[in-house]
Amino acid sequence: MSSGSRRGFLGTAVAALAGATIAPGIRLIDLAGARAPGEKASARVRWGMLIDTNRCATGCTDCVSACNKENGLQDTGRPKTDAQWIRKIDIKELKTGRQHSAPVMCQHCADPPCVDVCPTGASFKRADGIVLVDRHTCIGCRYCVMACPYKARSFVHENLSAQKPEVPRGKGCVEGCTLCVHKVDRGDGTTACAEACKAAGHEAILFGDINDPHSAISKRLRELPSRQLRADLGLDPGVRYSGV
Amino acid sequence: MAAIAYRGLSAGAWRYFGPLLALGLLIAAGLAAFVYMETNGHFVTGMNNQIVWGVPHVFAVFLIVAASGALNVASVASVFGRTQYKPLAPLSALVSLALLAGGLAILAADLGRPDRLIVAMTHFNLKSIFALNMFLYSGFFAIVGAYLWFMMERRMNRYTGAAGLAAFIWRLVLTTGTGSIFGFLVAREAYDSALLGPAFVIYSFAYGTAMFLIALELAARWDGRPAELETATRLGRLLAIFVAASLYMTTVFHMTKIYMTRFHGVEAFLLVDGGMITAMYWIGQVGLGGVLPLVLLYAPRTAGTRSGVVAAAVLVVLGGLAQMYVTIIGAQAWPQQIFPGWQESSSFFDGEIHAYAPSVPEVFLALGGFALAAALVAVALKVLRLLPEPCTDSSSPPPTSPQARPR
Repeated sequence: MSSGSRRGFLGTAVAALAGATIAPGIRLIDLAGARAPGEKASARVRWGMLIDTNRCATGCTDCVSACNKENGLQDTGRPKTDAQWIRKIDIKELKTGRQHSAPVMCQHCADPPCVDVCPTGASFKRADGIVLVDRHTCIGCRYCVMACPYKARSFVHENLSAQKPEVPRGKGCVEGCTLCVHKVDRGDGTTACAEACKAAGHEAILFGDINDPHSAISKRLRELPSRQLRADLGLDPGVRYSGV
Repeated sequence: MAAIAYRGLSAGAWRYFGPLLALGLLIAAGLAAFVYMETNGHFVTGMNNQIVWGVPHVFAVFLIVAASGALNVASVASVFGRTQYKPLAPLSALVSLALLAGGLAILAADLGRPDRLIVAMTHFNLKSIFALNMFLYSGFFAIVGAYLWFMMERRMNRYTGAAGLAAFIWRLVLTTGTGSIFGFLVAREAYDSALLGPAFVIYSFAYGTAMFLIALELAARWDGRPAELETATRLGRLLAIFVAASLYMTTVFHMTKIYMTRFHGVEAFLLVDGGMITAMYWIGQVGLGGVLPLVLLYAPRTAGTRSGVVAAAVLVVLGGLAQMYVTIIGAQAWPQQIFPGWQESSSFFDGEIHAYAPSVPEVFLALGGFALAAALVAVALKVLRLLPEPCTDSSSPPPTSPQARPR
């Protein structure tokens, strides 16, 4: 073997070895839907939820409990100032008396009013549609709370303890449902509320990528009639409701 | 026009420092409230996750709106050429700057993270009216500050007209911006109206003129030489026009809302069965702040009297605070309709009228801002020569004195 062809062989072998070492990792990340550290959220994905109120049981608050546990929200005994990232709203149609129960949280709008009004840009929307609050630049003015049509934002009224490392919170800042962004980014493919609802046997909350036509949520959205809350405002929420 | 002589407040040491000490105590109480609220968190206030803006915001927005209107006297002199108001123009600019400072101090002190004020000054989302207002407020300080300087510095007098015009235009934009903080909020049924911008401009004329009248009366009394009756009655007539215009604006605002069926619920709440909010509107904003001042300003027995004009001004201020209470608290008290056409209930108080009772600390925080504005005026009047000699207008020529400086 000439020195040139030997160099070529070595180069090919190193490339093949590198490929064999790195590719499975990339593939695993890809399959799980997780983002590699430092990788930006992609606009090709739009995370969202479909909530089927026909499956949601009145009186069941498993989704709320799971959210509180996952994100470290505590009951201080002061319900008026306690944060609520998700709550069950019991609704009764005024004309017909038809009743439903529906979990309501941040609707992760495509055009979020909270992002528009935030003076510092602390309220922001990720490329993949998740609306978040940057806890480092939130000044606690509460303009976003005033602007949200879904009452989905809470202001932290007191000192916090026993926080979850993956869910930073802070007194004097505004917060709301993150669509369990820490779970999404590590590739869990679901949220705490959706998991709890499934575990309770209701499966009223379906999480997924509404931009992917092959995802379960997209298939269900094609099958079921669904609506956006306050669709009249034209905000294009990522959370859809079926049954109401 | 005859030269105008200006001088500082001539109250003696005890007479001057007594009231200033009282203001200092109020400011200290405001500071203590600020520390208490920020140390414990806002749960010690009456505010909560339903009523997120409370009494501090009522007072702060009132002061900011009044700040713009307090410049009326200066604008009338510099922009509309009514030279009889010229002697009072520097005081008008000073009151305007002080009111804005007091209002912004309250807003900053009420932030959840006041330690991040520097973030608010370095990170701007230009789509946010709040962020735009930060430019408008700081620009107002710069323009009115320059305007005041041009008025008081003889070499710069020739630029007074241009600065006055710039300040006039700037304050119209500023107050439109302040009203639009609320007007552009489609999420709240009591807002969602482009009329709130212009309405705030009209309100500012009334509130600012009233605050200026009170400041003038207090300064003149403090000085031991009451302002000329002619000045007070002329400003009273101006105030009457602004009060009538404010009544017109609130009528038009509510009529346009009532015209739209979807707002019938919130309008019925605000105007008919909202309890405290309804009382604040009819008794406070309309009665005390509108009808009664007009009666005082036009009734033969009180129209031409100083006490009648000053009482009207005080009532306009009280009515203005009531208007801000209805606008800010009333709008939040009405529940947001997430499922229109459905009755809602939840652990987060959906579907309920939200109650609000301010706590002592937040009231002191609000009063502290008022006291700060008053103290700024008091100190500036002592150290700067801003009061005309005497507190009057050019219709009665000022006497010359050793302190007088020609203009």
